[in-house]
Amino acid sequence: MHTLEFTLLVALGSLLAGFLGSLTGLGGGVVIVPLLTLVFGVDIRYAIGAALVSVIATSSGAAAAYVREGFSNVRVGMFLEIATTIGALAGAAVALYLRANAIAVIFGLVLIYSAVLSFRQHSSSVGALPADRIASWLRMDSWYPAANGPEKYHVRGVPLGFALMFVAGVLSGLLGIGSGAVKVLAMDKAMKLPFKVSTTTSNFMIGVTAAASAGIYLSRGYIDPGLAMPVMLGVLAGSLVGARLLAGAAVKSLRIVFSVVIAALAVEMIYSGLTGKI
Amino acid sequence: MSRQPNLRADQRMDQIMGILLRTGVMLAAALVFVGGVLFVVRHPLPVTNYRVFQGEPEELRTVPGIIRNAFSWHGRGLIQLGLLVLIATPVARVIFSVFAFLYEKDWTYVTVTLLVLGLLLYSLLGAHI
Repeated sequence: MHTLEFTLLVALGSLLAGFLGSLTGLGGGVVIVPLLTLVFGVDIRYAIGAALVSVIATSSGAAAAYVREGFSNVRVGMFLEIATTIGALAGAAVALYLRANAIAVIFGLVLIYSAVLSFRQHSSSVGALPADRIASWLRMDSWYPAANGPEKYHVRGVPLGFALMFVAGVLSGLLGIGSGAVKVLAMDKAMKLPFKVSTTTSNFMIGVTAAASAGIYLSRGYIDPGLAMPVMLGVLAGSLVGARLLAGAAVKSLRIVFSVVIAALAVEMIYSGLTGKI
Repeated sequence: MSRQPNLRADQRMDQIMGILLRTGVMLAAALVFVGGVLFVVRHPLPVTNYRVFQGEPEELRTVPGIIRNAFSWHGRGLIQLGLLVLIATPVARVIFSVFAFLYEKDWTYVTVTLLVLGLLLYSLLGAHI
């Protein structure tokens, strides 16, 4: 295949991945690795490097839009980033020693988990919770824009949230994904943040976490410019278009379709990993 | 009241961060695009076989190497420079937060943010274990 042909095909696939990822809120990064390894036959290490780069691009590109929507909790985000960056460094270090097919199997399992998780309803019990000692000491309690003006909320479960964030960081460094699903789980379920605050703060954190592992991938020679170029530009363009169309009504059914696609890719990844095709 | 975070300052911080991030991403995308065009035009036939992992050469994986390569107008070097700018964007956001917390005299979070910054710089510059 010629360079131009390869570049355009990868860019087109990435565009679609970024578009669907931002429309459904699942992120484009999760489909990039299966797309590159299963469809284009790319080595999983190159694929992870390219996916990480696209994750930083979408996270940072979307942040400007998120800011208008609600308040991300900068203190919660920054404190938890200690856990995610340490996790990301650990995950990237482990990835260097794991065999490609082992990574593929882990990737498949995490994909299935994210697909399932995307169907679960988020909790919206906010406001009535009492203050938490650790969270108050860390001054994490804040306000969020409710229907009738800013409303105060208390943050809880800091240790559990911190532990879950470490896991999210490891997965991000190991698999080149944003781990947005695990991050939202930690903040929404464990720390009882309002859902909008969880998603915006998670987006804020994804870029920093991915940058930590991308640094390692780049310095180890896992990020190939010829491959990362169409992936980064494609996913970025797709996600920007998706973000503009977000208010559509078809999102729910799209989400189901996309989750099914992800689950199918996951099974294929696990199968290829187990049979040694990756 | 002095123990409460300053809501307005936090909001202002969010806005400036948004502009910072968008600028970084757009600059990165522009560099990657220009580098990509040069790369595709100059290398009609594939340079890398992605099926087999080889790892990038020195000039495409260290910060000084990439900068040198990009400034001699190599397509792949320019792409890597764009990707470096992209990776540096969240790092710049963290650096900005250090100053924002300094301004608010929030010493706990100045420490927290410096710790995150240290981890990021270690990954980018010092991770040659």
